[in-house]
Amino acid sequence: MDLSRLQRIDAWRWTVPLAPGEARGEVRLYGSRELLATMDDKVIEQITNVARLPGLVGPAMTMPDAHWGYGFPIGGVAAFDPEQGGIISAGGVGFDISCGIRCLRTNLQLQDVAGELPSLARELFEKIPAGLGEEGELKLNPAELDPVLIGGAQWAVRQGYGSEADLEFIEEHGRVAGPVVENVSALAKKRQRGEMGTLGSGNHYLEVQVVDRIHDEAAAQAYGLRQGQILVSIHCGSRGLGHQIGTDYLVSLAKAATRLGIRLPDRELACAPINTPEGQQYIGAMNAAINCALANRQILTHLTRKCFTRLMPRAVLETLFDVSHNTCKREHHVVDGKKRLLYVHRKGATRAFGPGHPALPECYRAVGQPVVIGGSMGTGSYILAGTPSSEEQAFSSASHGAGRAMSRHQALKQWRGRQLVDELAAKGILIRTRSMRGVAEEAPGAYKDVDVVAEATEQAGLARRVAFLRPKVCVKG
Amino acid sequence: MSAAPILKPGNNEYFEHDADIGVVGRGATLEESFEAAARATFAVMSDLDAVHLVDAVNLEFEEADIEIALVRWLNLLLALSHERGLVFGRFWIERDGVNWRGGASGEPWRRDLERGVEVKGATLTMLEVKQDRDGWLARCVVDV
Repeated sequence: MDLSRLQRIDAWRWTVPLAPGEARGEVRLYGSRELLATMDDKVIEQITNVARLPGLVGPAMTMPDAHWGYGFPIGGVAAFDPEQGGIISAGGVGFDISCGIRCLRTNLQLQDVAGELPSLARELFEKIPAGLGEEGELKLNPAELDPVLIGGAQWAVRQGYGSEADLEFIEEHGRVAGPVVENVSALAKKRQRGEMGTLGSGNHYLEVQVVDRIHDEAAAQAYGLRQGQILVSIHCGSRGLGHQIGTDYLVSLAKAATRLGIRLPDRELACAPINTPEGQQYIGAMNAAINCALANRQILTHLTRKCFTRLMPRAVLETLFDVSHNTCKREHHVVDGKKRLLYVHRKGATRAFGPGHPALPECYRAVGQPVVIGGSMGTGSYILAGTPSSEEQAFSSASHGAGRAMSRHQALKQWRGRQLVDELAAKGILIRTRSMRGVAEEAPGAYKDVDVVAEATEQAGLARRVAFLRPKVCVKG
Repeated sequence: MSAAPILKPGNNEYFEHDADIGVVGRGATLEESFEAAARATFAVMSDLDAVHLVDAVNLEFEEADIEIALVRWLNLLLALSHERGLVFGRFWIERDGVNWRGGASGEPWRRDLERGVEVKGATLTMLEVKQDRDGWLARCVVDV
């Protein structure tokens, strides 16, 4: 990124000087000089385009892990007021609606599982459908899918996938309000037929991790974390159904924007005012996809538990938290001292409610919401806690991952999948995959340094570090 | 950002994008460029030369905007591929004014087929369909 285009606010916050009337709001980029220097100039272009959209409240922002996306940058956050013509954008949510991370904590320590890791890797790889063309055992026709889209993880629990206790630790208790199944196309439902309980491919994964370092003892205690403890992170989303909803509405909203007189600086920002039939139609479909993703991660949680207990009958896996990072959520925020209802787009960004927020489970309320920054398969991930400062400056948002540092093609030129798998095995990290090409594209070196991203997230006040997790087994999608 | 073309095996053409992939189709006709863009898209997911052409699907749609038509063409192929559990290796499309008819052939996924990365959908980013002195070019970013 050409840093001369930016104006420094402080060491961790930057803005883009804009001519009067060029945009409706300010642009703010979070990150250190080093992180921003590695980002593509397209990130500036894309977030500036977001700042031009109607009804924007506060700044259009990028998180420290931002990179060039489509429409919105990945790591983009923007809030819109429906009473001021604010919009909902399919490009601001993305194709993988409600992609997110379910984090499970176990009652196991590394020494309890060390000898079992190869067996555990084999069991997880056999039982968790992952990668292109892999289907789950559950097959649902369109009529059978409707209760999933309405009930989310609550539906999954009623079917015997997991327990009521899981629901307390999922955003919106496992079911977002306002799904409209009639707004989901028949094709979207057909695409989901065999995809419940599947990981998908690309950057999706199921990882067995060990707590390697505690940064914040009090928060770690509240989250039930201790040094050497085994955790599991499941990264996936709404699968084919979400992809098809994204596809359907991207084109229809792009056409609607023209019809409604919205000048789009980039057609990928396809959007409609929230308070229009077009906007409401997408919101209903998107909420259905969010519930689909929550149900999907609930089923995967159940499958993961079965794998663990088959090998280690005394293993207990509890949900630490489940948080999505490709959504638009209806939330109340205080802006200039006034409480307002806003639609907050987070595309590749995690919600990060601070201490005291009423939506948090009681046992986390004193320390803030768990936030997961999923790193690459060779480095590690962070658990952080939401802060009051994030509410004040970023509508309670934080980074969601390490963020790519290079394209997939560049990664393919530099690495070979087989070689990476062998190198990581030598470091004690077992990779299981059906796609060696996928492993090369997801090489640890293709991502930003997760330590730097987590530090920037903390220094900017978006969330504070609680624990660092090191990978032990990774089932790659 | 670099939009420099990258040639890959099978003569499929791509351009750089941080997280996703830019696909390019070129041809003497508009239809050929669409077919080439479809090949480039599906080659992200598998080795098309290894795909057996034993099953076929047909599709049709109405679209006046040729750039939106490219996105709809690719997305319909992706939807049919995922819905039916097929990987496609061959593509065809015809245009009659605003009416487009096309199809693809391939086979169900099998364990020994190379698996790349799933393409979730074609986007409107870097979307361009144009004719120049070398023929037609059709390109966009696909989300993976």
